[in-house]
Amino acid sequence: MGMDSKNSSNKKVGVVGVGSFGAAIANMLAEKSNVIVYARKPEVVEEINEKHETQGRKLNHSIIATFDPEWICEQCEVLFFVVPSSGFQEVVRNFAPFLHPYHLIIHGTKGLCLNLPGEHDLNSLRKIKRSQLLTMSEVIQKETVVVRVGCLAGPNLSKELSKGQPAATVVASKFNEVILEGQRLLRSDKFQVYGNSDIIGVELSGVLKNIIAIASGALAGLGLGENARGLLISRGMVEMVHLSNALGGGVRSVIGLAGIGDLVATCNSVDSRNFTVGFRLAKGETLEEIQSDMEEVAEGINTVRIIKAFLETSDLRAPITENLYRVLFEDLKIEDALHFLMKYPFNVDVDFV
Amino acid sequence: MEEKYIKHRYDPILPSKDEWPVVKLARERKEFIKKVSDKSQERILNLTNHNPDILKEELETTLYREKLRVKQNPWVVDPDDESSFWNKVKESLLQVNSESKLSKADRLKEYQEVLQRITSRYSEEIASNFKHHHYKFTRSVVAFGFSRLLNAARVKGFRSIFSNQYSLQDKIQITGETDQLRDLATKGTVVMVPTHFSNLDSILIGWTISVLGLPPFIYGAGLNLFNISIFAYFMDALGAYKVDRRKKNLMYLETLKTYSKEAIQFGCHSLFFPGGTRSRSGMIESKLKLGLLSTAIEAQRANYQKGIKDVSGKVFIVPVTINYHFVLEAPSLIQDYLSITGQERYYKENDEFSTSYKISKFLVKFFTKGSDISVSVGKAMDVLGNYVDENGNSLDKQGRTIETQDYFISNGAVSVDSQREEEYSNLLGKRIVEEFHKINRVFSSHLVAFTAFEMIKSMNQKLDLFDLIRLPEEDIFLPYDEFKAACQMVYDRILELKKEGLINIAPHMKRGMDEIIAHGLSNVGMYHAKRPLIRNKDGFIVTEDMSLLYFYHNRLDGYGLEKLFQ
Repeated sequence: MGMDSKNSSNKKVGVVGVGSFGAAIANMLAEKSNVIVYARKPEVVEEINEKHETQGRKLNHSIIATFDPEWICEQCEVLFFVVPSSGFQEVVRNFAPFLHPYHLIIHGTKGLCLNLPGEHDLNSLRKIKRSQLLTMSEVIQKETVVVRVGCLAGPNLSKELSKGQPAATVVASKFNEVILEGQRLLRSDKFQVYGNSDIIGVELSGVLKNIIAIASGALAGLGLGENARGLLISRGMVEMVHLSNALGGGVRSVIGLAGIGDLVATCNSVDSRNFTVGFRLAKGETLEEIQSDMEEVAEGINTVRIIKAFLETSDLRAPITENLYRVLFEDLKIEDALHFLMKYPFNVDVDFV
Repeated sequence: MEEKYIKHRYDPILPSKDEWPVVKLARERKEFIKKVSDKSQERILNLTNHNPDILKEELETTLYREKLRVKQNPWVVDPDDESSFWNKVKESLLQVNSESKLSKADRLKEYQEVLQRITSRYSEEIASNFKHHHYKFTRSVVAFGFSRLLNAARVKGFRSIFSNQYSLQDKIQITGETDQLRDLATKGTVVMVPTHFSNLDSILIGWTISVLGLPPFIYGAGLNLFNISIFAYFMDALGAYKVDRRKKNLMYLETLKTYSKEAIQFGCHSLFFPGGTRSRSGMIESKLKLGLLSTAIEAQRANYQKGIKDVSGKVFIVPVTINYHFVLEAPSLIQDYLSITGQERYYKENDEFSTSYKISKFLVKFFTKGSDISVSVGKAMDVLGNYVDENGNSLDKQGRTIETQDYFISNGAVSVDSQREEEYSNLLGKRIVEEFHKINRVFSSHLVAFTAFEMIKSMNQKLDLFDLIRLPEEDIFLPYDEFKAACQMVYDRILELKKEGLINIAPHMKRGMDEIIAHGLSNVGMYHAKRPLIRNKDGFIVTEDMSLLYFYHNRLDGYGLEKLFQ
């Protein structure tokens, strides 16, 4: 084992992915630890190592970049995976041969992956079961020998984090040691870190809130006010609770920082990609137009598709998700969706506590 | 190779009995018990934070429960001095409580002294009483007695009782990864985890272990079995230690876990029935009792802590399934299950294994009539559920060698983290259940019972399970042709699952469907007074007992086969 020689004082921490959130996390970690970041493209690695920045984002000067998964795995016992869900499985597979059971992985990706048989994809299979969709922690456990896995979720808009504004996050893991390590590495005067053992619930909270964020952007794009947003956030939370429950997450996590906390932040923020998608849709742009000029993916779009397919196999109704799906993929007009939702018989205010 | 049943007797892997870990343990019994007692105290002190008040509370709880048990639920095996022992504990506790001037440290010391008496009593009680000459005797009785019965039944004619044409191995087929098991048992320590359907399982596994040439395994047998003298003798001889399910107090459970952990570290191969008790429903266990399983993980970690990194300190988990056409206790097990699940109002205990007479009657029936049993041995895994190669190295899913020790490392060193190990126990439990399903061998009787029950269910879709079971049996007729078609449908799906390595089938399943059905019908629950499934004289498939049919049907639960009927 390469790690015997290291002592804990100069232990290095790895960050896989240098998108906006990855870069923000790397900078926060670099305040306390030696950080190595992984990027797939050599030119990005070069830019970081020479100019200490990537795509206009400044990185702490102590941060070293590499495109070699083997090296970063050798150097770091703790790795943060912050790559979009669409490429997550592939990155994890590339890392798998170099990961050992002593590694700890904490991810910050708020999306879902599919686990479909053979050649199938969402177009050929309109229905999927719970076992056919994976949260990111499930991807890590499926593809690697790492079992001590955690996730990072909460109201953490990258732009605000990089300005050093105060914020908080949740580190969720079944393993206390992962939570403690996450807290040790990330906690600062400006950043509070909570622990939660319901990792699936926390992951789902982060994933599902993106759906509601798109809807919220759409309301704003239609020029509607705060009453409408309040209505959406509260109905959205109920929908999240039921979906999370059906997918194996706990109710409590949804009403915590990773759920309602993140939901409120994203539903009010023009800095959120998901919010922006909804906003521009309401302004009359098509999904294709929006996606073509977005720098990073809005996870919510894919999440809506996956959850819609999951709903086909459960007897659950999720009106916001279902209508958003029709707006995104079936040319339903936003106004009509809104009209439909206003008529939907949500008779009971809260039915889950 | 999986088609071939193991028919020969293996040479013992350790020819000299002095090398058997269980013999060594018996030699050092006294020291070992002392060690278990000391380590249990340590654990309990850690769990109570060395705080005299918490320790006192635990002692008092234990005392209260034990006194209640002695009064309300005494057993034949219980020692005579039980009430006097606990009375003395009570006196000592009262005495410490009354001395108000004691410092905190002194009080802790006093309570610790009481604790020490309890753990050493428990350790002594749990410890096995293995005696080699008893073991040899029992083994030959089992083999000789059974094969006499068998030959008397199968080979006709005078003196047939002395024939050796049939051996027990014709009756009980051992399949699967037997070579790997033998091999790894010489290299590291094996923890065997079988499914549990019948009280016969312990004897059956004991016999299997001896046929495979393995030294005896130690295992925790329910103390209730020691109530019956014939069982007590067998159990002691096979290296059983005693598990008393009436005692749920912290002191007892920690002592029991310590015993198991220390024995594994000692190098004794062990046997746990991870389901805890016999499967009441007839389903393959899906939720395992993780207490004893966690001791395998602890023992593995403790070996790494001691720096034993090579295979000699490695613990291997070997899942085993036992497949029956007929489970003697099925009627009472399924009654238990139904009443626990809540719907049947009257619950009467009715244990077929309560008398030696009934057992002997069963054994005679079992050996004189045909009812095959198969024992399938799964692939060995490390304590995290990774498969291991022939040298005992753990492999990841891509076949890369990994170090099991790394699972216990944090900051570069092996560390103790009980919360982590608790999670590891959960993971291991899940892996064992997965393996159970994969190595499970479908018998014709399982197929017919499953198919018939699902057909009846789909004809009565509005009924829940309990109403379904209360259906009058005389109203249920399944036309043979429909039944056969449904059997074929389930069978085809089973073959698909088999191709994916998710289940296995017995060789008698490779005949035509009519033959399979006939074989299944004549075997399913064959010795019950009311048969779960028969073909009546008009050619219809009928049942005499819906609960039993449900029991045998459950064996194929957990594969999603019921979806074929929706």
